[in-house]
Amino acid sequence: MTSIERVIRFRRYQDIGFQVLGASLTVIALLVLGALVLDLAKTGLGRLSWSFLASFPSRKAEQAGIASAIVGSFYVMVVTAFTAIPLGVAAGVYLEEYSRRNWFTAVIEINIANLAGVPSIVYGLMALSLFVYTFGLGESILAGGLTLALLILPIVIVATREALRSIPQHIREAAYAMGATRWQVVRYHLLPYSTGGIATGVIIALSRAIGETAPLITIGALTFIAFLPPTPFSPRPEEDGGGLYGPFEWLDSGFTVLPIQMFNWVSRPGDAFLANAAAAGIVLIVATLGLNALAIVVRNRMRRRIRW
Amino acid sequence: MVTAGLGTMDRPGAEQVEVREAALREAWSAWPGVASGRHVPPPIKADVRSLSFWYGKVQAVKNVSIPIADRRVTALIGPSGCGKTTLLRCFNRMHDLYRNTRYEGQIVLHPSGTDIIDRGVNPIEMRMRIGMVFQKPNPFPKSIFENVAFGLRMKGFRGRSEIADRVEAAIRAAALWDEVSDRLRKPAYDLSGGQQQRLCIARALATEPEMVLFDEPTSALDPVATARIEELVQSLKERVTVLIVTHNMQQAGRVSDFTAFMYLGEMVEFDRTEKVFQNPGKQLTEQYISGRFG
Ligand SMILES: Nc1ncnc2c1ncn2[C@@H]1O[C@H](COP(=O)(O)OP(=O)(O)OP(=O)(O)O)[C@@H](O)[C@H]1O
Ligand SMILES: [Mg+2]
Repeated sequence: MTSIERVIRFRRYQDIGFQVLGASLTVIALLVLGALVLDLAKTGLGRLSWSFLASFPSRKAEQAGIASAIVGSFYVMVVTAFTAIPLGVAAGVYLEEYSRRNWFTAVIEINIANLAGVPSIVYGLMALSLFVYTFGLGESILAGGLTLALLILPIVIVATREALRSIPQHIREAAYAMGATRWQVVRYHLLPYSTGGIATGVIIALSRAIGETAPLITIGALTFIAFLPPTPFSPRPEEDGGGLYGPFEWLDSGFTVLPIQMFNWVSRPGDAFLANAAAAGIVLIVATLGLNALAIVVRNRMRRRIRW
Repeated sequence: MVTAGLGTMDRPGAEQVEVREAALREAWSAWPGVASGRHVPPPIKADVRSLSFWYGKVQAVKNVSIPIADRRVTALIGPSGCGKTTLLRCFNRMHDLYRNTRYEGQIVLHPSGTDIIDRGVNPIEMRMRIGMVFQKPNPFPKSIFENVAFGLRMKGFRGRSEIADRVEAAIRAAALWDEVSDRLRKPAYDLSGGQQQRLCIARALATEPEMVLFDEPTSALDPVATARIEELVQSLKERVTVLIVTHNMQQAGRVSDFTAFMYLGEMVEFDRTEKVFQNPGKQLTEQYISGRFG
């Protein structure tokens, strides 16, 4: 056998070996994940019902539900999205399209990269002193939403920059050559062409935020809530002064979220509460997977629409 | 007139314009009909005077002077890397988009007398007055209609029907109307390369610029598409001044009235295209034209 044949044969074995290794590791990872989900489903699926979704937490496991947690998660996400998206996109556009490369922007860039790696509980601590005490927001939905916004801000900034960077320079030049100002190039070209990438990053970031527990517990989110935040323009009870609630009063309300509710149930004795936690976990997983699926759909949509 | 910035000494006086006109007149002198007075040299549209340009420390354009004739086609030829693109991009101040670039000298745009290079002149104004077509077709990922309408919107046009009329006129002027009139709302990227390039020409024409810059507009196209673009460029000179960079000597010969030959950042020869190609005044030009280098 010539040496070349030997080399080729060896490489083929190498190739096959790596394929087998990769495939088996993937299968193992999927099996573990599948087992976890199955276990969760076995424990929790029995508890999942309309009344579970629509009831408040209770001392009796069979009557307890996640209504306040679902609504709380929703409102907190609204605050997070409405603050993190404009701030993060603006910061990303500034860093990518406006700022000059100098030591100052280099420091900012390194910090943003590092912020993405800071443990979430540290954000909770920062938020506790900043939002809850300094700004006096209390343990409110507003404080919770802002905390999570802080947490995902680096992700949104990085996603925005990546999306902008994937737009070829010749498109920018074409727009500038038409006499567009920098703002017009951003507004009429760069942002529309990067919407897909930005939206994907934002959705992934939100799906991370929806599962966060530690920072919210740190700022003092409640674990047992038997009321809903005031819906805008709904009637206010007589003993509270009557009339209608304002559009933003819910921001000031106490809240709990799905993962905190889960945490609370897990820490209680008895299988019944564990089943409740598992059922809430299923809801949380469905929400997360739903967001991720949305991200994939958005990305594919934009990919089909925009080519260079 | 030139806005603030340079001293009055540098403003283009009438006598200086006349000197440049003399260069054009000289270039015209052997043109059939000029001697008998049937033709007169065209006025200068843009007067490049002692223009130098630096990328950081690298000087890419060295003290170049060329008169660009009004509503004629002027070609820039020269070997790769000689600074043709760099010179062209001075006209619409594209270099301002990048750091560490420096201009020196003047490009005086007539009849307004604006010095394009002057710091006090807004590059955005220059880009609205001078259109550009790039080497690679680069339509926006929008509809055919929106591609052409963009410049109009930038210029502040608002009326729907007025924009539609101007878009149609520009697409017709770019000889593309018959091929796209039934799919104006379709993505520009569904067009062929040659059609995309004509769309880019329409985009540049829509705002009725005084001048259009072409940077090797056919280098990414097949011969048939190239022929159409060349035909188009020639027809354009009825309405605008054209400055075109080309690698292709035959193309320069076919489309241009005047030719400037550049070498290593310097302008070696400027003359009537026929003269440059048939009887060049400099040995370097002759060597390049006959394909002995470059
Ligand atoms: N962005 C840049 N930074 C630094 N140097 C540059 C830059 N762009 C071009 N140059 C240099 O400037 C000189 C002129 O380049 P230019 O692109 O104008 O040449 P060209 O005549 O258009 O060449 P070609 O025919 O290959 O397009 C070259 O030496 C090139 O290396
Ligand atoms: Mg070039």
